[in-house]
Amino acid sequence: MSIQYKTIKELASMLKGNDISNKELVEETYSLVKSNTHLNAFITLNEDAAIKKAEDLDKNPSYLSLSGIPIAQKDLFCTKDLRTTCGSNMLSNFIPPYSATVIENLENAGCISIGKTNMDEFAMGSSNETSFFGNVLNPWGDDLVPGGSSGGSAAAVAAGIVPAATGTDTGGSIRQPASLCGITGLKPTYGRISRWGMIAFASSLDQAGPMARTAEDCAIMLNEMCSHDLKDTTSLDEEIPDFTSDLSTSIKGLKIGIVKEFDLSQLDNDVVKVFEESKKHYESLGAEFVEISLPNISLSVPTYYVVAPAECSSNLSRFDGVKFGKRCDDPKNLEDLYIRTRSEGFGDEVKRRILIGSYVLSAGFYDAYYKKAQQVRRLIKNDFDNAFEKVDVIMSPTTRGAAFSAGSKGDDPIQMYLEDLFTIPANLAGLPALSIPNGMVDNKPIGLQLIGNFLQESKLLQVAHNFQISTDWHLKKPTEEIN
Amino acid sequence: MSWETVIGLEIHVQLSTESKLFSGGSTGFGAEPNTHVDLIDMGLPGVLPVANRDAFYKAIRFGLATNAEINQTSSFDRKNYFYPDLPKGYQITQMAIPIVGKGSIKILVEGAEKIINITRAHLEEDAGKSIHDLFEGETGVDLNRAGTPLLEIVSEPEISNAKEAVAYFKAVKQLVTFLDICDGIMAQGSMRCDVNVSMKKTEDKELGTRAEIKNLNSFKFIEKAINFETERQIRIIESGESVVQETRLYDSIKNETRSMRSKEEANDYRYFPCPDLLPVVITDEELNEIKENLPELPEQKERRYISEANLEESEAKIISSSKTMANMFEEACLKTDDSKLVANWLVGDISALLNKDNIDIDESKLTSNNFGTLIERISDKTISGKIAKSVLEEVWESGNNVDDIIEDKGLVQIQDESLLESIASKIIEDNPGQVNAYKGGKDKLFGFFVGQVMKETQGKANPQSVNEILKKLLD
Repeated sequence: MSIQYKTIKELASMLKGNDISNKELVEETYSLVKSNTHLNAFITLNEDAAIKKAEDLDKNPSYLSLSGIPIAQKDLFCTKDLRTTCGSNMLSNFIPPYSATVIENLENAGCISIGKTNMDEFAMGSSNETSFFGNVLNPWGDDLVPGGSSGGSAAAVAAGIVPAATGTDTGGSIRQPASLCGITGLKPTYGRISRWGMIAFASSLDQAGPMARTAEDCAIMLNEMCSHDLKDTTSLDEEIPDFTSDLSTSIKGLKIGIVKEFDLSQLDNDVVKVFEESKKHYESLGAEFVEISLPNISLSVPTYYVVAPAECSSNLSRFDGVKFGKRCDDPKNLEDLYIRTRSEGFGDEVKRRILIGSYVLSAGFYDAYYKKAQQVRRLIKNDFDNAFEKVDVIMSPTTRGAAFSAGSKGDDPIQMYLEDLFTIPANLAGLPALSIPNGMVDNKPIGLQLIGNFLQESKLLQVAHNFQISTDWHLKKPTEEIN
Repeated sequence: MSWETVIGLEIHVQLSTESKLFSGGSTGFGAEPNTHVDLIDMGLPGVLPVANRDAFYKAIRFGLATNAEINQTSSFDRKNYFYPDLPKGYQITQMAIPIVGKGSIKILVEGAEKIINITRAHLEEDAGKSIHDLFEGETGVDLNRAGTPLLEIVSEPEISNAKEAVAYFKAVKQLVTFLDICDGIMAQGSMRCDVNVSMKKTEDKELGTRAEIKNLNSFKFIEKAINFETERQIRIIESGESVVQETRLYDSIKNETRSMRSKEEANDYRYFPCPDLLPVVITDEELNEIKENLPELPEQKERRYISEANLEESEAKIISSSKTMANMFEEACLKTDDSKLVANWLVGDISALLNKDNIDIDESKLTSNNFGTLIERISDKTISGKIAKSVLEEVWESGNNVDDIIEDKGLVQIQDESLLESIASKIIEDNPGQVNAYKGGKDKLFGFFVGQVMKETQGKANPQSVNEILKKLLD
């Protein structure tokens, strides 16, 4: 029995029914990894340790929620004794002495970490073209990008290699690749999941989350990923519900907000058609649509491209060739060490953002840029607060279109930055949001975004699950479509 | 033309917390390089800081003792610059909202009091150390100190000369040691300061261009650096040139300050709020608890020594001037009923020894415990006051234990009255001439007999007993 494209729920049931042993499951996973190396979804594999953990589970079975389930981890999470590169030459030799809280939480729930997935360098990118370890291909077409920055995780799930993977989302890095690869991805409320051990890009926006084939699997993953972590002071001390418990509850009477300011007329007709069909489907499930206004939403992208680079310019200062990671050969003096290490260690997109960030924080510019951006951020948050007085969730397309071909936006960073038009607002406001597959455009999947109020992940997952039990977009497989 | 010197100090006080400002790493001094360093101190990818509340409590004590505003909500900012001993490429500090706002402190300069206003006192993490002289052609980095909590106390530019600056520094040192928030050991870098110096004409309202002298860590260097810098700036201005705004280093060997970097070369620190740390909120309960448990301060101690221990004001002032001396006094008073005796030793012999060596009581080899024993042995008549002086001198040189010295040298006072009587009788027998003269009215000769007994007993005789016995035998 093939394990490809199976969900967590299905694999758990196979393991429980002894249809497959833990070791067989892991070995089959690695054979899928190897028959899909052209995707370049993984940077580092964890094969020996993974097989050993599976053997241990076969000897001493445990029945935790993720026992024996193969999971791929984005290479931005520190994994003890397993190389963690963040997609960068700078960390191409970095083996962390500790694991991220998310990794510990998932592994403590029994999961088996298969390997570390490819990603845009330091999570900066929307096409997985900025990785030092090469582009990731979209399983839906070798010429297509998988989206980014969690492109390797999205591709690994979309190709059915693993049922789920971890991702991180600073401006859309879970939802955009989920949309482009036809899978489900959730960015939780800021602070739901500990950032301890996540290599920081923009600390006030970064949030880890699950990527899987279904909303239900995302809920199972989220149950284990969340914790109140004393090692992260921005981690929320809030009750963590069982995110699976309300999934099937009817959404009759649900109020869904449509953002007046999102101008869909600029999108392809096919994209708009898919979106309108999803609205009709939700209406058939008993939901009502309400137009809402987010007056400051047009400022999201510029605000994001001030705040995120500013924080990144500071967060990436520690990569200086002194203590860990790459160091240039034969530095002549301290300045030479810094300049060459960072020139050689970082790629163009990372350098671009460090430059932008250093500029907006400079003396004399701080008030005009960074401080102003933080004020606008507050306004955007207020807009959402007002909107959520009228609606339960807010709906939009996740992306402006389906997967594009590699290199098609390479020379124009602004075009690439606009990829995150619909996803960025949720990061700025710290709100939970997810993307589910809701249709096909030119035989390529595309996603629907749902944004929830603070801590309302259960509501989002319920709304998504209701869609998935009555549609089959999430069941589409790239091999079937292509063959 | 008359010039006024305008001085402001930024004093960095290492807070005596068990662990670092943002990690569980130890703050202990003197460990092997890079052994007191955890993941956070090293700035590894993915680590996050967690603020140490005890550092806030200690900072608040300082704020309360200087009648300062306490910001119950304060926040952290990042100060970005590259240096090998700064692991993250930024220092976490309190730029926008410091824990302690405006306050003031009283200083004493040549007997006159002056109030120096304090602008602010904020928490920040210390950097590590770069070691340039240990490896040929290479620099070593020791991160043990990285992340140690510092309280940076910034004064208003209200200090007028080197003596006042030293008095201010001493007042801050006295306060932080009494508050038990810093060990005050300057040789270990527990207190360091940056001094801003500028000159203005007496009638001018605007301040002149200032130079900042970095990282001075002794009273002597502060005084010398300011005096040098004052003369340098006056010379420049009077020759028609202008002082350049810059950072300077003091070279203690050549006794001069040298330019380190000019304003143009100064870093743009790109300060911004640290997104990893939420603002720290101190509750009213916490603040009240700190207020109620504030340690006794020098002035309170002085008043108590006068009222409870019957000390003279001058004695009480000297004893309460340093935490160490006050501790010595209080501990020794537990060993005797005679607090005057304790005070006499501290204000007399010990102060004289300190003056002679020109050192601070913290720098002497006399421990509080040893001093207590010395007082106890005088009090229980094991040794006489005169012997005690010689014991003290030995302790001062060697730091050895008082009881060991008494035993090793056989200094125990002779209390045995029959033994003393037989010694005295023999001396009277051997000196008939002096006896006759004494009896003939030469009272002063009594001292001669006392001296002889002391000589015979190598000074160990209990002087009071000797007096009584001689009086009985001679009168």
